[in-house]
Amino acid sequence: MMRAFVEGVGLLGPGLQGWAAGRRVLAGEEPYRPAPTAVAASELLPAPERRRTGMPVKLALAAGLEAFGAAGRDAAEVGTVFASSGGDCDNVHLMCEALAAPERQVSPTRFHNSVHNAAAGYWSIATRSRAPSTSLCCYDASVAAGLLDAASQIAVDGDPVALIAYDHPYPEPLNAVRPLGASFGAALVLAPRATARAIAVLDVAFVPQKAATARMDDPGLEALRAGVPAARCLPLLAALAHGARETVMLEYVAGTHLRVAVSPCS
Amino acid sequence: MQPLAISRYSVVNCLGAGSQAVTGAIRERRSGLAPCDFETVALETWIGRVAGLEQVRIRSDLAVYDCRNNRLAQLGLETDGFAGAVAAARERYGAARIGVFVGTSTSGILETELAYRRRDPTSGALPPDFRYAETHNTFSLADFVRRYLSLEGPACVVSSACSSTAKVFGNAARMIAAGICDAAVVGGVDSLCLTTLYGFHSLELTARGPCRPFDAERDGISIGEGAGFALLERKPAAVGAAAVLLGIGESSDAYHMSTPHPEGLGAKLAMTRALESAGLGLSEVDYVNLHGTGTRTNDAAEDRAVADLFYAVTPCSSTKGATGHLLGAAGITEAIICILAIGHDIMPGSANTRVVDPALGCNYLVANREGRVRRALSNSFGFGGSNCSLVLGAAA
Repeated sequence: MMRAFVEGVGLLGPGLQGWAAGRRVLAGEEPYRPAPTAVAASELLPAPERRRTGMPVKLALAAGLEAFGAAGRDAAEVGTVFASSGGDCDNVHLMCEALAAPERQVSPTRFHNSVHNAAAGYWSIATRSRAPSTSLCCYDASVAAGLLDAASQIAVDGDPVALIAYDHPYPEPLNAVRPLGASFGAALVLAPRATARAIAVLDVAFVPQKAATARMDDPGLEALRAGVPAARCLPLLAALAHGARETVMLEYVAGTHLRVAVSPCS
Repeated sequence: MQPLAISRYSVVNCLGAGSQAVTGAIRERRSGLAPCDFETVALETWIGRVAGLEQVRIRSDLAVYDCRNNRLAQLGLETDGFAGAVAAARERYGAARIGVFVGTSTSGILETELAYRRRDPTSGALPPDFRYAETHNTFSLADFVRRYLSLEGPACVVSSACSSTAKVFGNAARMIAAGICDAAVVGGVDSLCLTTLYGFHSLELTARGPCRPFDAERDGISIGEGAGFALLERKPAAVGAAAVLLGIGESSDAYHMSTPHPEGLGAKLAMTRALESAGLGLSEVDYVNLHGTGTRTNDAAEDRAVADLFYAVTPCSSTKGATGHLLGAAGITEAIICILAIGHDIMPGSANTRVVDPALGCNYLVANREGRVRRALSNSFGFGGSNCSLVLGAAA
């Protein structure tokens, strides 16, 4: 079992505009009203880079920066784990479209934005962070893979680390074969020891067998959880919002699970 | 870090299939690069293509995963007795105790590129035989490998461009140290596709002829393809290991998406952290396998970092003149080349390099050098400023 303290949360999704407002919805204090995810490019990026970023990178940066704001840590000093199923889906579509056209004109910016770690690259530029960063994909379980990796970093290296998960729908025709329900970003700043900022402690374990995956009570939030890989962490965020002791089972690869025991820090 | 045993490894690229073929090519300073004849690509550039991939048949129970990238993965798993060694480890530890941490940059995106040529003229839909999850998605490779090897532990793909399959060693080492796994399959695959060929061309980073790392007249990269895998285990458990992973260092450039920091700051940080993680001093490294892609800026930045750090003394070279740049598979391929260097006491010279750029300062090997290699450092740097260095050592 691996232990991590949650110091900050970032959240951006349809009808979940920031952790402060989203927390009340996830805690059941306010009804869930879906609305398009709104996000602006980070002011921390130099102007040329700001112009080159698409929605997925904006989502990742905004969620990450919100979590760091709450944690009161300098992002330049903290390692990161980025988790996404499809990376920049608009960019992939435009690349494939250009390559299918007779002239095969590919834009250099589009090409360097096509790497799965584009968000991590822009994050490092925006935050001036030279800390280690990894970019993971585990299809629908990408956020679980990211949490397991982040927890193992804390357990082994003993340094704080941020988990940043994001997904953004493909345009057609890829949307028809891989529908990603909505734009969603979430981030957790995790620390190895309790600090004044810590809101909860997570005990994370890999469970190599089938189990009952945690779901959301609200049908709209459950549809979001089931429809967007990055939103598969919603039950964990809901447990943080409830502020009570709770154990959450997050589905990982091929029916395996992560058992995450959440305890609030008083 | 606690050193980890590398109890088995396998390698396939344009030099051949298997460590014997690759060692032979290194001894002869042979390059596997040839003028680009891939698919319908019309670019004046050279590539490192793996022969016979078109004839590979994916194991029938996994036929839905069929694509160039997974064919190359299967070829890698069947080379050098790798799948058999993993089966034996599975007997020892149990399938749920072995993780799969593999890297790729473009996975099976070639399938999507080809499917986009066959869109329905009216609806624009992709053809009905297109399989996204099993081919295009970045996770496809890890999914295929864990099924092929019947493993049930943690699995994911690391995709950080050209550092991917160096960084997987870190993910695996942490999972083993945290007690979640007893062993792990690491490595990965990248295969030729139009995205990278036309993409690097758009950045004016592809060489017209075979790439010539560190040459005064170097003019870019030659894109290659390949697979490499390694089985990592806790050291005391593995008897007769091929080599050990001694250290790993990771960093970010915080500079630019496709150009390295001109002074190689990120590269230097990765190397320094790798040596710290191994608990080794600079003089204890006998050979450095450079990232050495062959572009003007990459080689200049890495040279500054390596020459600064190793006082321009430690012998170093890039092997990309022989293999081409395997992109996401470069890290594992060059880690294995370091293991071969250690096993055969040979430091590979730089195929295709004629005259070393006098503006570069590190002790660059053009010819092969024989000599004791106890420890080697391997560099892998990628787009987004993602850097990773590995330290590998002899098993005994």
